[in-house]
Amino acid sequence: MLKKWQDLEIGGINSDSGNSIKKGLNNLEICKKPEFNPELCRNCFLCWVFCPDNAIIIENSMVTGINYDFCKGCGICITECPVTEAQKPLYIKEDKSAL
Amino acid sequence: MEALDGNSAIAEAIKQIEPDVVVSYPQSPSILILEAIALFIANGEMDSEFLNVESDYSAMSTCIGVASSGGRVFTATASQGLALMHEALFIASSLRLPIVIGVTNRTLAAPINFNADHSDSMAQRDSGWIQIFSENSQEAYDNIIQAFKIAENKDVRTPVMVGIDSVVTSNLCENIHIQKNEEILEFENKSNPTYSVLDIENPKTVGSLCASDYFFEHKMNQNNGIENSRKVIKNVGKEFGDRFNRYYGYFETYELEDAEYAVILMSSSAGTAKKAVDEMRKRGEKVGLLKLRVFRPFPYKELRESLSNLKSIAVLDRVLTPGTYGGPLFIETMAALYNLDKRPLVYPYIYGLGGRDITLKHIENIFDDMKMAFDNGKGIPEIKYINLRE
Amino acid sequence: MVVLEELTKKEDLFVSGHGLCPGCGIPIILKLVLRATTHPIVIVNATGCLQISSTRFPLTSWKLNWIHSSSGNAASTISGIETMYKVLKKKGKLQTDTEIKFLAIVGDGGTNDIGFSSLSGAIERGHDFVYLCYDNQSYANSGGQCSSASPIGTSTSTTPTGKILPGKLQYRKDITRIIAAHKLPYVAQAAPWNWEDLYTKAGKAFNIEGPAYLNVLNPCPKTWGIPSDKSIELTRIAADTCIWPLYEIDGDNNIKLNYKPENKLPVTEWLKKQDRFEHLLNIENKWIVDEIQNEVDKNWNRLIYNEKKGINN
Repeated sequence: MLKKWQDLEIGGINSDSGNSIKKGLNNLEICKKPEFNPELCRNCFLCWVFCPDNAIIIENSMVTGINYDFCKGCGICITECPVTEAQKPLYIKEDKSAL
Repeated sequence: MEALDGNSAIAEAIKQIEPDVVVSYPQSPSILILEAIALFIANGEMDSEFLNVESDYSAMSTCIGVASSGGRVFTATASQGLALMHEALFIASSLRLPIVIGVTNRTLAAPINFNADHSDSMAQRDSGWIQIFSENSQEAYDNIIQAFKIAENKDVRTPVMVGIDSVVTSNLCENIHIQKNEEILEFENKSNPTYSVLDIENPKTVGSLCASDYFFEHKMNQNNGIENSRKVIKNVGKEFGDRFNRYYGYFETYELEDAEYAVILMSSSAGTAKKAVDEMRKRGEKVGLLKLRVFRPFPYKELRESLSNLKSIAVLDRVLTPGTYGGPLFIETMAALYNLDKRPLVYPYIYGLGGRDITLKHIENIFDDMKMAFDNGKGIPEIKYINLRE
Repeated sequence: MVVLEELTKKEDLFVSGHGLCPGCGIPIILKLVLRATTHPIVIVNATGCLQISSTRFPLTSWKLNWIHSSSGNAASTISGIETMYKVLKKKGKLQTDTEIKFLAIVGDGGTNDIGFSSLSGAIERGHDFVYLCYDNQSYANSGGQCSSASPIGTSTSTTPTGKILPGKLQYRKDITRIIAAHKLPYVAQAAPWNWEDLYTKAGKAFNIEGPAYLNVLNPCPKTWGIPSDKSIELTRIAADTCIWPLYEIDGDNNIKLNYKPENKLPVTEWLKKQDRFEHLLNIENKWIVDEIQNEVDKNWNRLIYNEKKGINN
């Protein structure tokens, strides 16, 4: 429900700080989104620091997955992952159904 | 009583109000207000931070910073300076920040000129600011003191610009009443800000991007502040009068009750107009004056009540808005009266640009012309220019 | 030595759900800068990509006090806030005992062009704040027009490559150097690829009393014409070609180069990976590439010389 003008705060300020994480842009289908294999990950956290959308999930100091609500599929995490190509824990899954 | 020019009267009011911050950028002649304040601070007579910034645009932006942090702030400007603030003025009003500025009303270049007219404030009439105009030093002092109380009212939270005519009011001395410091402090009684970006316990996003789904609602929220100010301006003017015996409303009427013809204008020329009314009354002419004090919010309902019974009125605008039928004061007065069943004929006059004199004789001629036009069958009024070589 | 794992444990003050483009560098820069102090931060954000993408009402990605006033006045708005903070502190009216830090975040247009005098004035007055310029070398928010931070030869929407013109004809302003001439307590140039360097510099900037200026190269996949996954890599190439040297200058005028590439790459390595410079690789534009290389070499040699001699500019 959109608010009426009478219900806005003075000056149109927004006191619901950080609410985009609850209601913001999500599930954007812009690009192909990466997959994550925890067995191959060395937990260097470079994917975390270079993710523009805070979509790398970290639990107990381990990378455990990708938050697809916010991942826009930019692919920086794959490119910046220092593990050699064949062993990368982050990769794009080939979409066989498209073939 | 103290002999003070308009600039010094404003500086005196600011000394007593003692805002948290005073922001300064030089424009003539408003810089004299800021110089006087700087000297008060240098002598330890008032305790405000004084910031010398690098442009009028930055001056208004700095005021926005102070006010959004819950502070009381003042600056003064004129002419090109107010024009350069233009963009930031809209932001101040839509963020509902109770900033007060003094404007020594001066014309806009080109050509450059340092004397009075209302081009600068009139160019900002849609900026969302409350606009109050002062006739003389006493009103300049009184209006600044009321301005803070109006701006900071919790239902208003809208910035105020107080105008005085450049040079004729800003630089000429008159005897005025200055209230005692404690009287002013008691009158002002600053309320808590609606929000402050320094309130780190309650983080806020101030100045969001709004798309078409919310922009209209935001503007209405802003408009609500200036609409609420109508009542507050009236109440503050009355309270000021009850305390200090100088009463203020949206406008002052002079010999208007039984008048058939009237002149409407703003600021310093009201002195001349009052004198002209006196002279004509002596000759038995039923003439009067309405001096508008508050241009924004425009008091259209109250003007209807005061003007509807007149035969005709002349609206004197001290600004030329090229390509329009009369100046802003004329247009707004016409709009206020048009829907009445019985309404006076309204004549548009332009006068006083760049400090051009208006004399008793000019005003008497206006009354005579109006009367003659009325007696000879109305006709459609055309714009007339007072004291212009043509 | 900063351990990334430790940074992951700090709270995000700029959260997900913003609308910045895939591969944009701004949130990466913010992630590091906002973690560089434990103090509460008040932000003034000028009009630009970040402002419009993070505050679309009724949403906001900010968990701290944030204000926008305009494109050209972030530094003067923050001057007012910081002054009011000092007034409240002096009068003992602050609601908190914790020291508050002030951060202005502005793009290169708001820094080099429309907000330049506002920034210069605020530094001259000595306000205690950090000014972060995210420099993507164009007006990216309005679609990628030429700014005075756009390098010579750049094809932008207002300096397009045509049959007779090869893109922008002027050199970019060296804004870090211009700001350093104000002799302020701290100036630094950084880039997100070297996250540790950026984080450390932001920490210094917050800790120092008085104005501090950070100029951070911000990769923009859209206006640079690069794949979104290459944005961090491009900033690394900018350092390896010495197009974007990482350095800092302290209040005593000591200049320090924070990264010296082992193999300095030719500028063509930087140019050839971006659509905005594609035309420069045509033979008729070789003179521009030569000029760019010449300028980059001169600037790099100047920085090395100044570091050795202890000269600021």
